[in-house]
Amino acid sequence: MSADSSEPNPVGTASDGQFGRLRERLTGDAGREQPDTALVVLAAAVATAVLSPVVWLGWRASRLGIGEAIRLAASDTAVDVLANSLVLVGVVTAASVALGVPLAVVTVQTDLPFRRLWTVLAALPLVVPSYIGAFAYVSAFGPSGVLPDLLTQYGLGFVTPYLPTVYGLGGTALVLTLFTYPYVFLTTRASLLSFDTTQLEAARTLNHSYPRAFRRVILPQIAPGVTAGALLVALYTLSDFGTPAIMRYDVFTRVIYVELNAFGQSRATLLSLQLLAVTAVILALESRVSADTSSGYGSPASASPVVSLGRFRWVVTLLPAGVSLFTLAFPVGILTMWLVRSGPGYSGGGLAFEPAFALNSAYAAALAAGVTVLFALPVALYAGRSNSLLARAVERSTYIGYAMPGVVLGLALVFFASQWLTQAVGVGVARAVYQSLPLLVFAYVVRFLPQAVGATRSSVAGIDRDLVGAARLLGETPSGAFRRVTLPLISPGLLAGAALVFLTTMKELDTTLILHPTGFTTIVTYIWRVQEAGYYGRAALPALVLVAVSGLSMVPLLKGSDDA
Amino acid sequence: MRDDTPRTDCDADRPQRGDATDGDDAATDGGATVGASGDGASASRSDPGSVGDRADDAVDGVSDRRGDPVLELDGVIKRYGSETAVSGMELTVHEGELVTLLGPSGCGKTTTLRMIAGLETPTDGTIAVGGDVVAGHGAVRPPEERDVGLVFQEFALFPHLTVAENVAFGLDDPDSAAADSRVAELLELVGLDDYGDRSVTDLSGGQRQRVALARSLAPEPDVLLLDEPFSNLDVSLRVRMREEVKRILDEAGVTAVSVTHDQEEALSISDRVAVINDGHVEQVGAPGEVFEHPTSRFVASFLGQASFLPARVGERDIETSVGSYDRDLLNGLGDGYVGSHVDVLVRPDDLRATPVPAGDADGEVIRRQYTGPSFVYHVKLNDGTVLRCLHNHTEEFDVGEPVAVTLVADHALAWYPAQ
Repeated sequence: MSADSSEPNPVGTASDGQFGRLRERLTGDAGREQPDTALVVLAAAVATAVLSPVVWLGWRASRLGIGEAIRLAASDTAVDVLANSLVLVGVVTAASVALGVPLAVVTVQTDLPFRRLWTVLAALPLVVPSYIGAFAYVSAFGPSGVLPDLLTQYGLGFVTPYLPTVYGLGGTALVLTLFTYPYVFLTTRASLLSFDTTQLEAARTLNHSYPRAFRRVILPQIAPGVTAGALLVALYTLSDFGTPAIMRYDVFTRVIYVELNAFGQSRATLLSLQLLAVTAVILALESRVSADTSSGYGSPASASPVVSLGRFRWVVTLLPAGVSLFTLAFPVGILTMWLVRSGPGYSGGGLAFEPAFALNSAYAAALAAGVTVLFALPVALYAGRSNSLLARAVERSTYIGYAMPGVVLGLALVFFASQWLTQAVGVGVARAVYQSLPLLVFAYVVRFLPQAVGATRSSVAGIDRDLVGAARLLGETPSGAFRRVTLPLISPGLLAGAALVFLTTMKELDTTLILHPTGFTTIVTYIWRVQEAGYYGRAALPALVLVAVSGLSMVPLLKGSDDA
Repeated sequence: MRDDTPRTDCDADRPQRGDATDGDDAATDGGATVGASGDGASASRSDPGSVGDRADDAVDGVSDRRGDPVLELDGVIKRYGSETAVSGMELTVHEGELVTLLGPSGCGKTTTLRMIAGLETPTDGTIAVGGDVVAGHGAVRPPEERDVGLVFQEFALFPHLTVAENVAFGLDDPDSAAADSRVAELLELVGLDDYGDRSVTDLSGGQRQRVALARSLAPEPDVLLLDEPFSNLDVSLRVRMREEVKRILDEAGVTAVSVTHDQEEALSISDRVAVINDGHVEQVGAPGEVFEHPTSRFVASFLGQASFLPARVGERDIETSVGSYDRDLLNGLGDGYVGSHVDVLVRPDDLRATPVPAGDADGEVIRRQYTGPSFVYHVKLNDGTVLRCLHNHTEEFDVGEPVAVTLVADHALAWYPAQ
């Protein structure tokens, strides 16, 4: 997400910013065609819209008295929540590095059997929502889950009280690690792939064995990649709501959600601000790390294995196989088991799953995809054509919503609709907006805009600028040239962005739970309701549907790795 | 007999040792021209007959002048699936000498180097370094246990380390005072005294090469390998670095094996040159020996802009399409060859073209190559053979001009039985 920060700044356009452009326009010596004013205004409007949730949150916080704010921030609960969150982030990040780096090394640098397969399987958990994993683990090891059932069935029920609980830090950290380590795996893999393997050969001719060469030559050079992945894990862990909620571990997101529903809005606001502050620290670290990664030295590397495992090949295979067992085979197996099992108390009760829920999900996701692409278009066109400070600021601002935890975003929009609108406009309007579909779709746009901007921007940047010029010389108006030349050329990028947003929206939990219209049940809200009530059997089918949907979003990722 | 060959100033006469690119052209041109003259087998392996006998003289006769063997390759073969990259490589390198493996790309020379370093495993054969077998008899020693240094084609410096840290990398205790003084010594040797704290990413190509050299010399390897060491440098820098590297290797007293496709580089810095063709050593010997007396058509056409002039051997003379010449002009041609046909190796400096009326001409100029100080005229003889003649840049002939060609060589010429 910060790759573009390393792009060269054409001197005189970026540094001079607006004035430089103005001067270029005035003097008429502009090196290239400047974006339309209309485009700039549109892009800036989009940026303002997606930044607005921060304003609502700040507005709500400003209504707290200083004394109350300090009292709430310093309360035992707040301190506990902060400590819990930091411990969870630390444990999950460390465990993800411990899992992701070895997996990347064996799949990139060794002659592991079926390397390609293991590479795909090791990356796959990333697209499975971690709350599905949490649900699978709780439904297996929880108090009324599969394991206690089996134990009772075989007359071992007396063991159950002595089993470690799946709830709390242990379970939360386990599930989050299993589903977020791919961030470390993928960034480490990318670093290893760009590592110049002749350096390894050089180290070996300088009397270094592979392990020693790994420590002295490879590790220092892939460290920025590993760190970047670790920070992504930290960001995800900090912002994830579903897993700690299901695993009953009191971190920021869970407590904010609970307070919001218990009318503890002041407490939720302060916790949100604290959470945003911690997030900002991690983001700051991340931008520094990513800036360092471009060394730009050395020959292009190859993906061919450089280490022969010899007879240990099959032993080492146990690593990716074992990880895939816990991330993929086990959850899918458990869900499938719930699907076919028809025990009383699990499949009964609550409301039955209806196809209409899936349609609701798809409808909301399609709306979100369409609107997100519409929002993304001006930003991508502007950022793709201009390197000015404003253009970069606009593009950057779209990432704010992306980095903001979903629970915080939901909270901010609740404040906007239920309080600000009530005060500023009127109760009628506020009622119409609060928990309406447009507000939910707007939340999706804020969360997933960068996915669409990223996909579109690269296709905008890939267009030869002379093509538009040619269309103009052939008699087209600017809008005609856009319609007949630019749009067809960027449509693959737009479609890819829309597809990505659609798939991500389908499984989005946090804002969906907070903002969905009353009576508008989606796959996600349905799963949430029945799992809270303990009707695991009911949740199995929709959960499997989500896993399948998640698998689809892996397709572009796989295509990408084919090219590499 | 070879050593008696009058060499006069023939080396000074050869001005066409231009830059490396020129050398490449020459190599390919040579093959193509011979092919065009109806000699399709220009790149065949060593020719039978007396040529083979003479090859034996060239191969050895050096061991008494050199130190002990440090590197020995015996019947080394490397296959990748059905492809054979190296087919029976035989080579002995003695202490303190620089041997260059010279050959066209894809001839197996780099693979050979990587097998010596331990980065590839031979399919068959043995490799011994310092008397110890490091590959062969079913056992392979990993690169870190071979005492072999390698200067990589693209240098492979560690970008996360400084110049001094790079040089110290292979030392047993890189943080010790002994290591510090060794690093200082090497940096002085390669002329980078004040560069120890620099980042290697800030260095120029030539400086990177010096660091790479110092780094691989630091652990005092038994053999230093250099993989196309100058190919990554600017043409203008190449000649200078060539001399510089030769000086450093001599001062370090290290035994070295270099690999290149650049004949000028090989001939100018090596103690011995091994011409590699199709995965085996075609000829090995001192640079002058290999250049003057190539034992096979392949070697002949690979070195210099070689052409082959068909001749018929008489009692005292040889008859060619450009006149008859004394039989002694051909090196070691025995009486047994009287009456047979041979092909004489002629290079541009052995020949002169003279403009004559069309009726008296041996052929006509079909191309002229201007190199600055000189012209090389390609002359197509009436029988189809194409020869190249070297002239001073003031002697300008036109393409299509009828010329007579004369053999002006003042040294014995190599020859091969006609095919």
